[in-house]
Amino acid sequence: MKSLAELKAIRDRAKADLDLRKENPNACRVLVGMATCGIAAGARPVLNAFTEEIAKRGLTDSVTVTQTGCIGICQYEPVVEIEIPGEEKVTYVKMTPEKAVKVVNDHIVNKNVVTEYTIGTVK
Amino acid sequence: MRELSLNVMDVAQNSVRAEADLVKIIVNESDKDDFLSITIEDDGCGMTEEQVEQVIDPFFTTRTTRKVGLGIPLFKLSAEQTGGSFDIKSRLGEGTTTKASYKKSHVDMTPLGDINSTVEILIRCNPEIDFVFTHSTDKGSFTLDTRELREVLGDVSLDNPDVLEWIKQYLEEQTQIILGGV
Repeated sequence: MKSLAELKAIRDRAKADLDLRKENPNACRVLVGMATCGIAAGARPVLNAFTEEIAKRGLTDSVTVTQTGCIGICQYEPVVEIEIPGEEKVTYVKMTPEKAVKVVNDHIVNKNVVTEYTIGTVK
Repeated sequence: MRELSLNVMDVAQNSVRAEADLVKIIVNESDKDDFLSITIEDDGCGMTEEQVEQVIDPFFTTRTTRKVGLGIPLFKLSAEQTGGSFDIKSRLGEGTTTKASYKKSHVDMTPLGDINSTVEILIRCNPEIDFVFTHSTDKGSFTLDTRELREVLGDVSLDNPDVLEWIKQYLEEQTQIILGGV
């Protein structure tokens, strides 16, 4: 059973590395489109795949996953934008949980953009 | 929308945009009474009477500059297609309450789906907002109140990965108790 005491232990553990997480200038941002169009097209499992894969690889300190609104290309949803400081923003379209895993591996970890999933390539 | 939980995620997003500090999500279901209701209540900026009329009309609203569209109409449709009802109340400066009621056994009933995932994502992506989630069934009910969690956590954020994992497991455990015959 999950108890508040357990939460207290998490707090004590987290306090130590709080400063580490705060304002990481090299943090990469994953923005998942979560307006009506994104949600209807399946953005939730995509967001979950990103958070799971990032946690699995122990990248939670350097990558944040968050939601964003509709950016006006509803026919390409689920849309995911990857922002890495010092690099051009990359927009992935028609995403799936499987594609999300590949984007974490190739783009976020190994810095190779998965061109075949980007907006310029996908039909 | 394939799941009502997705409608909830969508409509709760309106509360976030309305700069709410507190968003309450209440799911009340009963097999005995063949009933399910979803209430989303916020203390955000609210709307005028005129705006409330607009948000339920997908065609009129898309032409205004306001950020409204299909979210509310789809949520309304999901309830009304089961012979249920839909209601939205709002006061400018005080907040908005949206309530959808369903007849559970209706052939056009959309499954509730993974409502816990919706709650977890809302907390994850909006750690500065407080959420209260209550789910009741014939077998019991539970509530997750992020204000209580915040009290324990002090200055540790709700989007800390360990905290989110705790929330996820807590929701799973509690749901099993009120849904399964454990």
